[in-house]
Formats: sequence, C-alpha cells, structure tokens
Amino acid sequence: MEWLQQLFNGISLGSIYALIALGYTMVYGIIKLINFAHGEVFMIGSFTGFYAIAFWGLGFFPALILSMAVCAVFGVLIERIAYKRLRSSTRIAALITAIGVSLLIQYVVIYIRGAQPEAYPNVLPNRSFDIFGVQISSQSLLILLVSVVLMIILQFIVHRTKIGKAMRAVSFDPDAAKLMGINVNNTISATFAIGSALAGAAGVIFGVYYTKIEPLMGIIPGLKAFIAAVLGGIGIIPGAVIGGFVLGIVETVVSALGLSLWRDAAAFIILILILIFRPSGIFGKNSKEKV
Amino acid sequence: MLKKVNTFWFSIVLAFVFYGIIQLLISTAMLNPFYTNTLIFICINIILAVSLHLVIGITGQFSIGHAGFLALGAYISAIMTMKLGMPFSVALIAGGIVAALAGLVVGVPSLRLRGDYLAIATLGFAEIIRIIFLNIDYVGGAAGMQVTHATTWTTSFLCLILTIVVIANFTNSRHGRACISIRENEIAADAMGINTTYYKVAAFVIGSFFAGIAGGLYAHNFYIIQPVNFGFLKSFDILIFVVLGGLGSLSGAVVSAILLTIVSTFLQGLPETRMIIYSLVLVMVMLYRPQGLMGTREITDYFGKWGRVKGGNQYGG
Amino acid sequence: MEAKPILNVSQVGISFGGLKAVAGFNLELYPGELIGLIGPNGAGKTTVFNLLTGVYTPTEGEITFNDERINGLAPYKVTRKGISRTFQNVRLFNEQSVLDNVKVAYHSLASHSILSSIFRLQKHFIGEQEMEAKAIDFLKIFQLDKVKDEKAKNLPYGEQRRLEIARALAAGPELLLLDEPAAGMNPKETKELMELISFIREQFNLTILLIEHDMKLVMGICERISVLDHGLLIAEGTPNEVRNHPKVIEAYLGEEVVSNHA
Repeated sequence: MEWLQQLFNGISLGSIYALIALGYTMVYGIIKLINFAHGEVFMIGSFTGFYAIAFWGLGFFPALILSMAVCAVFGVLIERIAYKRLRSSTRIAALITAIGVSLLIQYVVIYIRGAQPEAYPNVLPNRSFDIFGVQISSQSLLILLVSVVLMIILQFIVHRTKIGKAMRAVSFDPDAAKLMGINVNNTISATFAIGSALAGAAGVIFGVYYTKIEPLMGIIPGLKAFIAAVLGGIGIIPGAVIGGFVLGIVETVVSALGLSLWRDAAAFIILILILIFRPSGIFGKNSKEKV
Repeated sequence: MLKKVNTFWFSIVLAFVFYGIIQLLISTAMLNPFYTNTLIFICINIILAVSLHLVIGITGQFSIGHAGFLALGAYISAIMTMKLGMPFSVALIAGGIVAALAGLVVGVPSLRLRGDYLAIATLGFAEIIRIIFLNIDYVGGAAGMQVTHATTWTTSFLCLILTIVVIANFTNSRHGRACISIRENEIAADAMGINTTYYKVAAFVIGSFFAGIAGGLYAHNFYIIQPVNFGFLKSFDILIFVVLGGLGSLSGAVVSAILLTIVSTFLQGLPETRMIIYSLVLVMVMLYRPQGLMGTREITDYFGKWGRVKGGNQYGG
Repeated sequence: MEAKPILNVSQVGISFGGLKAVAGFNLELYPGELIGLIGPNGAGKTTVFNLLTGVYTPTEGEITFNDERINGLAPYKVTRKGISRTFQNVRLFNEQSVLDNVKVAYHSLASHSILSSIFRLQKHFIGEQEMEAKAIDFLKIFQLDKVKDEKAKNLPYGEQRRLEIARALAAGPELLLLDEPAAGMNPKETKELMELISFIREQFNLTILLIEHDMKLVMGICERISVLDHGLLIAEGTPNEVRNHPKVIEAYLGEEVVSNHA
C-alpha cells in the first residue's frame, strides 16, 4: 500500500509538471524556442493566486481563473517584447534571450518584493479519504481533477477549434500557413497565451499543494517540466502530459527510496539519457537534418 | 612567419612587464588587498571566459554548464591540498585534468546533440556534478569545504597567460580552423574530411581543463567552497562574458570579463541590481547587437599585429 | 572502358520511416568519366549523393569505391578515401576567409598535431606554411586568389559556387560529386562553369558525377546519364538514348521539356 500511496503522490506532482510542460511543448512546437521564462510565468501565476486569495479574499476557482488570465497576458507580453524580433535569428540567440528574460523576471520580482517566501493560504477544504489503505486528501483529488479538466479543454482547443487548427498549421509549416491566410503572429501569441495560462494554473495548484512559494520557485519546476516535455517528445501535446506524470512518479519513487537529495539528479539523468538515446522522446518520430 | 614569431614574443614580454609592475605595486603595498583581490578575480574570470569561448565561440557547441567544470576543478584541487596535503601547483593541475576528463564525458553526447538540446544537456550535467558534491559528506555536503588561501597574483596571472596562449595558438592552426568550420557548417565540415566528433570533444576537453584550473584558483581564493556557488547562475555569469564580448572573439571575451568583473565588484552589495543589469544587458545585446561588443573582430585587428585569431562570428550581419 | 570501375553501386536503397526514398539504385563509374544524374524534383538525386558520401547509411545494397566497401562509413572518412562533394544549396564556411575555406579542405592532408600547434613547435610552422602555400596556388587556378582574405559570405554568388568546387577539389578527391552546380546561374556563368568542369576534370584526373537540372549543361558535357524518378532508376545511357527514352519523357512531362535543341 505504501507503493500505491507513492504512486498517487507522484501523479499529483506529475500533474503540475504536466501543466507546465504543455506550455513548453506548445511554444517549442510552434517557434522552436525553449522558452526558459516559462518557469517564471508559473511563478507569477503562483504569486497572483496568492495575492488574490490572501489579500482580496477570492476563493480557489476565482483565483485560479484570475491567475490564468494574468499569465496569459504576461506570456503574450514576453513574446511580443522579447521573442518576436528573434524569429529570424539563430536558435542560440533566441535561447540566450530566453535565459535573460527568465533571470530578469526573477530578479525584478525579488527587487520589488524581496526574496522571502510566502505561505499559501488554505483555500480548499482538506479531508482525507482512505481508499485501499491509501491516504488521499480531498485537496489533492480536486487538484488532480482540475489538471485533468484543463488538459481536456486544451485537447479540445487544439483539435476542435479554428485557433487550434491554425496552431497546428503554423507549427507544421509557418510559411505555408501564412500563404493560406493564417495570421501567424496572432497564432503564435495565442499559443503563448494558452501555454502561459496553463502555467499560471499550475502555479496556483503548486501553491495550494506545497504551501510555500518564493520568487525563485519557477527554476526547478520549470526545468523539470522541460525535461517532461523532452521525455514525451517535444512539440507533442499528449507526450508532455505523459512525460509529466512519468517524471513525477520517478521522483517520488526516488524520494521514497530514501534518496531525496538525489531527486533532482534523477530528473537530469533521465534528461541526458533521453537526449542521447532517443532525442525525439517517447512519442516522437526520428527526423534527420536535411542536407 | 618569422615576423609572426617575433610579435608573439613581443606580446609575451609585454604581458610580463605588466605583471612585474603590478607585482611591484603589490609587494610595496601600494595596491591594497581589495584591488589585488579584484585583479585575481579578473584573471579567474578571464580564464573562464576564454575557455568557454573555445567551446561556444569557436566550435559553436552551445554549453551552458561551464560552472560544472569550475566546480570539479575547485573541489578536486581543494581535496588535493586540504585532504591529501599536496602542493597547490599539483592541486591546480589535478583539478584541470579531472575537469578535462569530465569534459570528455560531456563532449561525447555533443556528437548526437545540437543547438538548444546540447545546451540543456550541458546544463543537466553541471547540475548533476553539483548535486553529487552536495551529497558527498567527505567534501562537507551543503555546508561546503574550508580551503586555505593560496591563490596569488603570480599564480593567477601565469594561469591566465597560459590559457590565452594555448587557446589562441589552438585557434590559429589547422585545428582551430577545423573547429570554426564545424561552427559554420557542420555538414560541410564533415564532407571536407574534418572529424567533427574529434574536434567537438577536443574543444570540450581543452575548455574544461582551463575551467578546472580556474576552479582551483577560485577555491584557494575564497576560504570556503559550497555547491551553491556553482549553480546555473555561475554558468550564466560565464556565458554572459562570451556573449557580450562577441561570440567568436577571444579579445571580446577578455574585455567583457574585465568590464563585468569590475561592474559586479561595485555592485557586490546589491546582488539583485547586479542580476537585473546582467540579464537586461544580455537581452538587449541579443535583440540589438547579437554579434556582441567586438563582433567578429579581435583587438589586434585594429592594430594589424600578432595573431589575428580568425574567430569569425556566427551572428555577424 | 576496359578498366575496372572506380565506383560500384549495386542495388542500393534507403527508406525513411517506411517510405522508400531510393530503391535498387545501380551505378558504375569508370575512371575519368563524367556522368550526369538527372530526374524530376524529389526523385531522390540528392539522397543518392548523401548515400554515396556517408551522410545516410543505405538500408540495402552495397557501395564500393576502389574495391573497398564504403557504405556506412562516416562522411569524413568517405572524403578521406577520395570522394568529395558540393551541395545543392551552397554550404561554405561563411565567416571564414576564402583562403581558410580551402585550408579546411587541406586539413586531413597535414599532420601537425594539436600539441605541436599549442606549443608552436617547428612542425606547426612547417605544416601551416605548406598549407598556406598550397591553398594560395590552388586559389590561383580558380581565379580566387585576389579575394583570398574576403569572407566567403561576401563573395558574389557565382564565385561562391566556384569556391565550393575549389574547396571540394582541395580535399584531394578521385571522384567529385557536384550537386546542381549551375543552380541559380545565368547563361554566361553556366557556360563558364561548363568550361571549368571540363578543365578541372583534365587537370586533376577526376571522375565526376553531376546532378543537374540544366539539361543543356548535362546533355552538353556528360558522356552517360542516369535518370531517377521516384527513387528508381528509370533509364541509363548516352544523352541521345536518354533523351528519347519514353519513360524519361513521361517523367519529365509537365515538369520541364527535355529540350531537343541541346
């Protein structure tokens, strides 16, 4: 039963990774950029939720939606101000810019409010259920439910709506999409908006679940979520979800084995192994560079 | 060719005259310890910048985990002096060699990875190295390790000159041209008979060796080393030297390492401001002057003197 | 034609994710020949070059060069065996000087080690001096010596093409593969290119395999022509035989008329 418990904890952690990973994967799919600042969007989302709950007295769902909206706008701003001009430059220049933007956001936040952590208020009723000997709190069930619903909505947007179709077209071939009359700029912005909204939601969920947030909180989950995206096959939406869950479970198992200090190393080892042996990820197709 | 040799020795002599003047100022106490320390720090940072320049600027392998090699050099050299009682010089070399071996290990995946994927992998390697030290009680875990002060102006300047001479000489040879051709067009380089694997790994090994030396100097200048000193931010600090200087320009890396070390010395009490300035500079450079300060050129180009390091620049307009 | 073939390609094919890009490709090249490889867009011509030069490993068949099996060999090793190439979309080392572009191709002919360069030993100076002298002589042949210090990317297009051929030759090949060397050239430049190809062939004792879209060029200088369509060899023979081959006419219908006034 101990293992079942760990499995459940792993899925909870994994759902947070998955939500962040979705943004990485969508952005990479469409403009081939590792958006390093995505972890900071997650952090901004978490803080927005915190202020909404602690100072304005909003409930969990209003705070969640507010934070998603704020992050969507924030994500689009980052794209328009920093990344848009880089579309024709080298990928390395874009990556350096993304790293710069990421650090800039971190330290501007620290500059404004200090580096001290904040304790997330308890907004969700917390009762424990005992199912087959596994302790499951109502909180984590709700969180899991919210994540899954968001992923389903995303799947719907991508496959059933006009903007989703445009997103897929642009990621397949931006030039051809442009010729077909798709507004590439707006489509890219929409991708950033949706991905960032999911990161914002992940931020609020993270806060509620782990109760402690701070300005540098985005770095590690950001990197982990990126690893999850690579694991599932970057650019592939279901891949990011599966990658997130796998990584969450692996990490909780490593911790459960009493190796919690090695937990972060485990994620990086997975990353390197995947990059070396199957760089296209679990669900990716191998492609070779055109000569 | 004879002229080139002469100008080479001329530069070396000039460097040692500069060294002598500073040493004189130090030993006559005209230069206070604060300035001496800043000079040592500048030397260490130049070594780091130039060693990363070989990997990113010359060979085009985008590594953002240079702090990992710095950490290895720091810890290995500290173990040599503090635990095994070896002399400082042996410890420095040992740190360099172990870091070079790690460079070999990191260089190998670079055979299969390109661009941003390689970047993430190097970042992962650096984090793994850091986490390993964090988990080894022998070197103090998170609390870190006490190290005696052994780094002097003389040792750091010697290491600096060695680094620059080795990397400039490497670059100005058929080997350096091979590395640049990989940066410019890997497929064409391969088709021209360049063993791209060999040169990518060679660049990683040489770059890491000097990062390891810098680690030894760093450890023995600080009294204590902790895993937290070698995180991603440290890699970022080194990266910004190379990017700001101009990818592909050795003297650019040197100049920006000097400038930024001085700037950060002044901002020591304001770490957040420093990071905001650093990251703003990085973003602005990428958006408005992606070729960096020096672009494709070397300082020597302006004088037409010794050893134009034909680095070239991958972003040049 | 009594001699043994220098290159023998038999039943070579490759598939990407189940899709056959090239299948059952055969080719024999004899020393000194100049052979054309033509076919409509997407027929797999460049894929054949990539198979010959080790960029791709064939999933079937065998390639032998001078009686030595070379399929699966890394590209740089294939080059060192004596096969060198140019690219459809020029791939120069843009930020390096014209001279350095050629020196890179000489790389594997020099022998001074990394250590001798780092410590500036006598060997380094001798080796580098030799490379420089050779490279300059070489550029003279291609009339590029005046622009030797120019960055490759700053050359006009026609000279870039010429530099790419010069660079490929500097690697010392017995067999030269040219991938659409006349692409994007005007008629005058194309004519100069044809003269250049004939000249280097004699001068360097080369065997040449040429991919080309410009029918006039192919029909004018090639002794034999192979035609690819959808990854399959559909015809082989002299320019005249190929021109009148029904399958070739069919393959080219609507794409480009195989001109009769070649």
